[in-house]
Amino acid sequence: MTALSLKNLDISYGDSHITHGVSLDIAEGESFALVGESGSGKSTILKAIAGLAPEWTGQITAFGKSRSHGIDRHFARLCQMVFQDPYGSLHPRKTIDATLSEPLAIHGIGNQNERVEAVMASVGLDRKFRFRFPHQLSGGQRQRVAIARALMLEPKILLLDEPTSALDVSVQAEILNLLKRLRREQNLTFLMVTHNLPVVSFLCDRLAVMRHGRIVEIADVADLRQGALKEPYSRELMEISATHAA
Amino acid sequence: MSTPLLEVDNLRVTFPTARGDIDVVRGVSFTLGRERLGIVGESGSGKSMTGRSILKLIRAPGIVSADRLTFDGIDLLAQSEKQMRAIRGARISMVMQDPKFSLNPVMTIGEQIAEALLTHQRLPRREVGERVKAMLESVRIDDPERVAKLYPHEVSGGMGQRVMIAMMLIPEPDLLIADEPTSALDVSVQAQVLDIIDELVKRKGMGLIFISHDLNLVSSYCDRILVMNTGRVVEECEAGELRNATHPYTRGLLAAIPRLDENRDELPVLDRSVWANS
Repeated sequence: MTALSLKNLDISYGDSHITHGVSLDIAEGESFALVGESGSGKSTILKAIAGLAPEWTGQITAFGKSRSHGIDRHFARLCQMVFQDPYGSLHPRKTIDATLSEPLAIHGIGNQNERVEAVMASVGLDRKFRFRFPHQLSGGQRQRVAIARALMLEPKILLLDEPTSALDVSVQAEILNLLKRLRREQNLTFLMVTHNLPVVSFLCDRLAVMRHGRIVEIADVADLRQGALKEPYSRELMEISATHAA
Repeated sequence: MSTPLLEVDNLRVTFPTARGDIDVVRGVSFTLGRERLGIVGESGSGKSMTGRSILKLIRAPGIVSADRLTFDGIDLLAQSEKQMRAIRGARISMVMQDPKFSLNPVMTIGEQIAEALLTHQRLPRREVGERVKAMLESVRIDDPERVAKLYPHEVSGGMGQRVMIAMMLIPEPDLLIADEPTSALDVSVQAQVLDIIDELVKRKGMGLIFISHDLNLVSSYCDRILVMNTGRVVEECEAGELRNATHPYTRGLLAAIPRLDENRDELPVLDRSVWANS
């Protein structure tokens, strides 16, 4: 079944058009990556899906239901986002407990105490962190909180905007392992934005290469691993990654 | 090579806290000639503090001490703040991480680069303009006259970082300290910026200290590498020999990096308890 489908998505900020006719189909349980340089519109696509960039035309569908342009509670239950910078995405004056309980309060879900504890356990956060503030946690712990918050509503789709690029390599490995495990355990669908191709190779099944707001190529990760991407621009990106890893 | 450019022996940086002194750099020693030295480590390993203490940029209450900290025969620890100002920029300069926060938002790019030059020498105005233009060209900015009139918010991150490099290199220093010069940039722009630094460092025969958390990047742009953990150097090796590193921390860091042809189901994670107290 198709988990998330975009048809002819044109997103703009005021007068500037960011993406042009983006169409994608992501199957349930699949992990899909959007790669490309800054300004290629990949993060904007995630924002439009999450409802943070409301000026779009086309169609965004999750599990057969179309997304409206406004605030969409049903959609929020299905689809949640994890942001790039764990230092900026958590409210500095709310405890971890308050941050994690908020989505439950908004959606009128009871049993808050047990749910918060269960989610913290599933992302590997010790109970002692529950009543701390974000500044008392390390970057990796904060990113676990951000992932926990996204999981509070038990969504089926997670939008991941460069979830590890602000972290050290050793902490990145922990978060990537966590994401892989959560996807397996909860049968989540991932749509991830990154410019790190090795991360795509570790975590994803398919990828789309974007440039200037258009998708230039959609390929299997097997092609990426074998260096068999077809478009010249994709090959260029691949070569940059390969020389750095030399 | 005669005397080394920089000699650091038993460098310590200490911050007093309510719970007693905390050493963030604990006895780091190295020498640097006119070569490219990489310092790698995670956040909190003390790598940036090492770089900053060479320029005596550690603010009070932080305390820098060392058995020896000499640059080109000058004892840096004995220099007054005024004498340090003559060294900073002119002899040793530093490229910071993020151009967004390190450039002056209310000065044009041309003015800022000229200021870096005029702080250390008096030059006729026409010559200053020409030097700025030539410097912008050497960091591969195609249209230097137009760019010199722009403000920092009008240029991209990659261009901002090139402007900062231009500003740091225009007084022709002997040593450049680059503290995570590319971590705020895109992968495709990163390579460009590093190539520029590399080329200029080689052409002018400068020394380079390249501080980064990215092992692969450091190994491809440096001659020698120091790996730091909790304020100490745990491993020192030739860049080409990094693959054969022996310290468990270095090996752990290397193993944690995903590869382009990744087939491991799970990435190995550092077990911090092993050497936390070593």
